[in-house]
Amino acid sequence: MFRYLTLRLASMAVMIVLSTLVVFLIATQVPADPVLAQLGDLQSADKELVASYRRKWGLDLPIWQQYLLYLQGLTRGDLGESISTHRPVLEDIRQYAPATIELATIAFLLSLVVSIPLGVIAAVKRDTPIDHVARLVSLIGVSAPTFWLAFIMLAVFYGGLQIAPGPGRLDVTALPPPKWSGLLLLDSAIVGQWDTLRDAAAHLVLPSIVLAASIVGLLTRTVRASMLEALAQDYVRVARAKGMRETAIVVRHALPNALVPVVTLGGIAYAILLTGAVMTETIFSWPGLGRYTFRSAIALDFPGIMGITLVVAVVYLVINLIVDLSYALIDPRVVQR
Amino acid sequence: MSAGLVEARDTDGVAHRARARRSRWLRRYGLAAAGGAIVIAWILVAIFATSLAPYPYEQVDVTKRLLPPSAEHWLGTDLLGRDVFSRLLVGARISLIAGIVVVVVGGLVGTLIGGVAAYAGGRAEEWMMRATDLVMCFPPIILAMAIAAALGIGVTNTILAMLVVWWPKFARLARSLVLVQRSQEYVEAAHVLGYGPSRILFRHIVPNAVGPLVVLLTLDVGTAILTFAGLNFLGLGVIPPTPEWGQMVSEGRELVEQWWVATFPGLAILSVVVGFNFLGDGIRDWLDPKSRRRGATPRRLCWRCATCAPSSIPMPGPCAPSMA
Repeated sequence: MFRYLTLRLASMAVMIVLSTLVVFLIATQVPADPVLAQLGDLQSADKELVASYRRKWGLDLPIWQQYLLYLQGLTRGDLGESISTHRPVLEDIRQYAPATIELATIAFLLSLVVSIPLGVIAAVKRDTPIDHVARLVSLIGVSAPTFWLAFIMLAVFYGGLQIAPGPGRLDVTALPPPKWSGLLLLDSAIVGQWDTLRDAAAHLVLPSIVLAASIVGLLTRTVRASMLEALAQDYVRVARAKGMRETAIVVRHALPNALVPVVTLGGIAYAILLTGAVMTETIFSWPGLGRYTFRSAIALDFPGIMGITLVVAVVYLVINLIVDLSYALIDPRVVQR
Repeated sequence: MSAGLVEARDTDGVAHRARARRSRWLRRYGLAAAGGAIVIAWILVAIFATSLAPYPYEQVDVTKRLLPPSAEHWLGTDLLGRDVFSRLLVGARISLIAGIVVVVVGGLVGTLIGGVAAYAGGRAEEWMMRATDLVMCFPPIILAMAIAAALGIGVTNTILAMLVVWWPKFARLARSLVLVQRSQEYVEAAHVLGYGPSRILFRHIVPNAVGPLVVLLTLDVGTAILTFAGLNFLGLGVIPPTPEWGQMVSEGRELVEQWWVATFPGLAILSVVVGFNFLGDGIRDWLDPKSRRRGATPRRLCWRCATCAPSSIPMPGPCAPSMA
């Protein structure tokens, strides 16, 4: 186990350094010129100004020096200064992250609540109409474009029926809670602003449903497949032979074993949720990382988008490590291989 | 008299058996057939788009902006008074082309890298798979966004950006497939016969390992079309006035009252992706009939490979984890 852990950590460190190189190369070796994109046509004509901006951002140095400078900055937690917001990228990320974390967490929980029962039922009632319907639903769910689903939800429940609040995290009239964690639900609960809590929760409903929809299909199919495998095991046959009730067999014996592979989906779910977040947040005017990424990409704000890409990659690596380690803890056979 | 009875019973049996066969066929291939029909329909639409479209897709008429669906404009008109139906038909071209190009080229490159890596082994394999892991440690759309933004707006650049993030899953899958095949006896036999490595790899191993790759390819066209539409929705893609579905949804995203502007292009994306997913799912069942037969043990999902889990493609055992 220890050797496995050291190996994993070492390889992760290498991957992180390499990913900084990838990010850096994309940012510097591309045709688009961030300075010209930022200054606009009129100011770009002023050669002095352009040169001074190049100096300011170190764009006039040789490429390897730029990379070393970039790495040096990284060790201090300096991801550069955003060209469009004129603030340190790390500060931007810190500001926008809580909104995304809140949304993604709720969406993830929601998708578990939907997909685990659905997958279990589909497996238990294998090859019956219920199974076919579950398969159909999850296939269609995977196929629906997130941004379109978000639009439909808004058009129906906000525009049409007017039972859901509009875009954003809070109504303009709502009193935002004092900023502590940045998670509105948590912050408003701490200080007891129940109206704000209700408002924040209401605003979360539509975007989290949309976001959850992007992973429900995947989770359902995985739960179904691993449940089928679990149900075919000897211990299930033994439990049946003992005369245990079918529900008890499914819930107490098969399900815990079937959920093990679901843990490993954590990393993939994270990537999908983040993709979905870019789309969902753009439509719901959600002040999170997804929208920040989008705006940086459009404005050719390279420090911004590279900072995001790097942070996201590092978090992704860490999540995958945690997933693998927890897998090794849950299922000791993995390490013995 | 008795002969007549027997006859009647017999035809009954034949009809019954035919019905049973039909329902079995439907259960087994219905989804794939439906998917195939949808896909073929869209391909035909894409080919004949300009002759099918009732109006030229770029025809602007400000006096007719935001008209609801009617006999004249089946799916209404958009902000500039362009016919949504015509734009939707022509939009099929770019989406299908982008989806297929990304998957075919990405699939070829990935398969080549993964296959060669697995067959070569040693240092070369190590390097190739590390490069694969490196690309895979970025969530695809974020990296694609960064690259697409960096390359500049345009269809070719968007497709290029998608290709950069697309090949690794094929590399992983191809590697694991070849690893399994390599240890088979027929490979050893080919070796003994004195065949060269490239002949063994391409003439013997690849044909045997191709099944799951075909499934991934088909399922993946849907994913690629979705991603392409997503990038276009974000403004990284076609340059107006070229119609593209994701961009059409984006143009209508504020128009909740004029729902038709965004709804129909979204439905078009949904239907074509559903088509490819049904087809891919059906091909999977067809290639691996055991996986859905009643009572059969499904194959293990491998736990570390990011490719087989999302689409839960039947994998021949767990693919070799990168650490171990």
